[in-house]
Amino acid sequence: MSTTTTAVKGTAPKLKTSAMIASFADADQKTASAPFGHALVKAAQENDKIVGLTADLGKYTDMHIFAQAYPERFFQMGMAEQLLFGAAAGLAETGLIPFASTYSVFAARRAYDFLCLDSAEPNLNVNIVGGLPGLTTGYGPSHQATEDMAIFRGMPNLTIVDPCDSIDIEQAVPQLAASDGPTYLRLLRGNVPTVLDEYDYTFELGKAKVLRGGNDVVFISSGLMTMRALQAAKALAAHNVDVAVVHAPTIKPFDAATVLAEINTDRLAVTLENHSVIGGLFETVASAVVTAGLGKRVVPVALPDEFLDAGALPTLHDRYGLTVQKIVAKVLAELK
Amino acid sequence: MNQETASERLERVSAAAYRIRHHALNMGEVQGQGYVGQALGAADMLTAVYADQLRYRAEDPEWEARDRFLLSTGHYAIGHYAALAEAGIIPVEELDTYGSDDSRLPMSGMSTYTPGMEISGGSLGHGLSIAVGIALGLRHQGSAARIYNFLSDGELDEGSTWEAAMGAHHHQLGNLTAMVDINALQADGKTDTVLRTEPVTEKWEAFGWYTQRVDGNNMADLLQAFDNAAAQAAVTGRPSVILCDTKVGRGVPLLEEREKAHFMRIEEHEWQTCREQLTAGFEGTAGR
Repeated sequence: MSTTTTAVKGTAPKLKTSAMIASFADADQKTASAPFGHALVKAAQENDKIVGLTADLGKYTDMHIFAQAYPERFFQMGMAEQLLFGAAAGLAETGLIPFASTYSVFAARRAYDFLCLDSAEPNLNVNIVGGLPGLTTGYGPSHQATEDMAIFRGMPNLTIVDPCDSIDIEQAVPQLAASDGPTYLRLLRGNVPTVLDEYDYTFELGKAKVLRGGNDVVFISSGLMTMRALQAAKALAAHNVDVAVVHAPTIKPFDAATVLAEINTDRLAVTLENHSVIGGLFETVASAVVTAGLGKRVVPVALPDEFLDAGALPTLHDRYGLTVQKIVAKVLAELK
Repeated sequence: MNQETASERLERVSAAAYRIRHHALNMGEVQGQGYVGQALGAADMLTAVYADQLRYRAEDPEWEARDRFLLSTGHYAIGHYAALAEAGIIPVEELDTYGSDDSRLPMSGMSTYTPGMEISGGSLGHGLSIAVGIALGLRHQGSAARIYNFLSDGELDEGSTWEAAMGAHHHQLGNLTAMVDINALQADGKTDTVLRTEPVTEKWEAFGWYTQRVDGNNMADLLQAFDNAAAQAAVTGRPSVILCDTKVGRGVPLLEEREKAHFMRIEEHEWQTCREQLTAGFEGTAGR
């Protein structure tokens, strides 16, 4: 992770919060710059119905890439999220395909009614792009969308995508544009890790994919936690624990068939998500398990049902259990 | 067809307003209650749009080049359905199903239920934001269609209305006209006791809109205001707002004089009296 440190004489160095949009990429990790912005430009080259809009956060959601490429197809709505999503619905009413960006907290908490009634009820092709999902900023609860999926999962017609990396985002954008009805993308922006190119993987809207097999443990993960799940699986191999990883980037509609087939074994089942333990991937999996009548325990790796601290991302990811070390420790404890 | 004179135009539109009010009373009687007071108050605004301003094809409500009328106040649907029937978009006989199970005409207007209903209103303060998007989208695609958003003075309480007002001015949406029904009445009482919205005219002017305030129950004034709005938009490119002071229950003295309420109670035996008073008033006006 990119952070800055400050050494105080006689004490351990304290990490600094750094910028609001600090990258969660590891220091030596392969990354791609602004994958969403470039993917949107590419999709727009092929489909002249695609337009972009934002609520004064173009530079912070990678929408500025699109705005530079297609100034006449970009609409700045100002710091007015209700207008942003009301207008996005209006644009879709005229046959255009809007991608509307802001931070996830503002989309989910502030503009819910406008998304629900103006886009979801008439099932319009409005694509919500939410920056800073889960714990991807150290700015505290005002900016940390730890419950965005919990809020959005109850909205009929809405498709929810929690991408892992730049590959997911690049491949998801044209599929979101092509799918009918509203979508919500949990945006990873800036220098986004490139992880899934090392696996035999392509993003398919609505599908979960087995990234690697393993005999002892099965991880079901979404978002950036799939990156951590893959790293933890490698680390656990050193402890002679064989871990399978299933990546489920589409939270709704959920690919229960693929996930349940993997869970319905003797392996320890663990969900991993960059979201509150309430209402996200864990509960999505849990409800699928119960509905199918599987008497199976599922262990969640997720953010606690709390307002989280402010601070540096590495500090906070460690504090709330999202780091590889914490995942490994939790799995080893479960297997004891 | 010969050019219509101003008095012929006024006579034609006034007759349509009478029919729309008559439809609304019939629909209210079917339900035994409803937003009849609002429908009567807003009937002239709705009529000016449907009988005079809007370009549409009754047989093809989705016609791409149509003007759009967005009803933000979902509970005014009773008046909107009456206008849609007058416009020939839905059959007059269907109005009898208003608010009944499986009807295309629910109590609160929804685009997914009713032909010609562009948006689902009801959660107040949405219409103008959607209108901004439609206006941007149509202009972007080279359409000359106009967008009309009907909103109520109660919706001026909503912050989103003012977000949209700023957005429309910022983007110079000359193809957008907002109509505000100022009946000075909200769910909990008179507007000035619920949340003071005045000075309304100065607010819209300050937000950069071409602003007119008229007697919303005077058809000649309404038509003039629409003409002014169209003329200025062609020159300045600014969005227009027509602030319409209206009277709840307008056209039926029995209801005009009744204590004002958001949800007006009308007894079973009173509906016929209402219709008779409406007709007498219209014929009296027509005979003047």
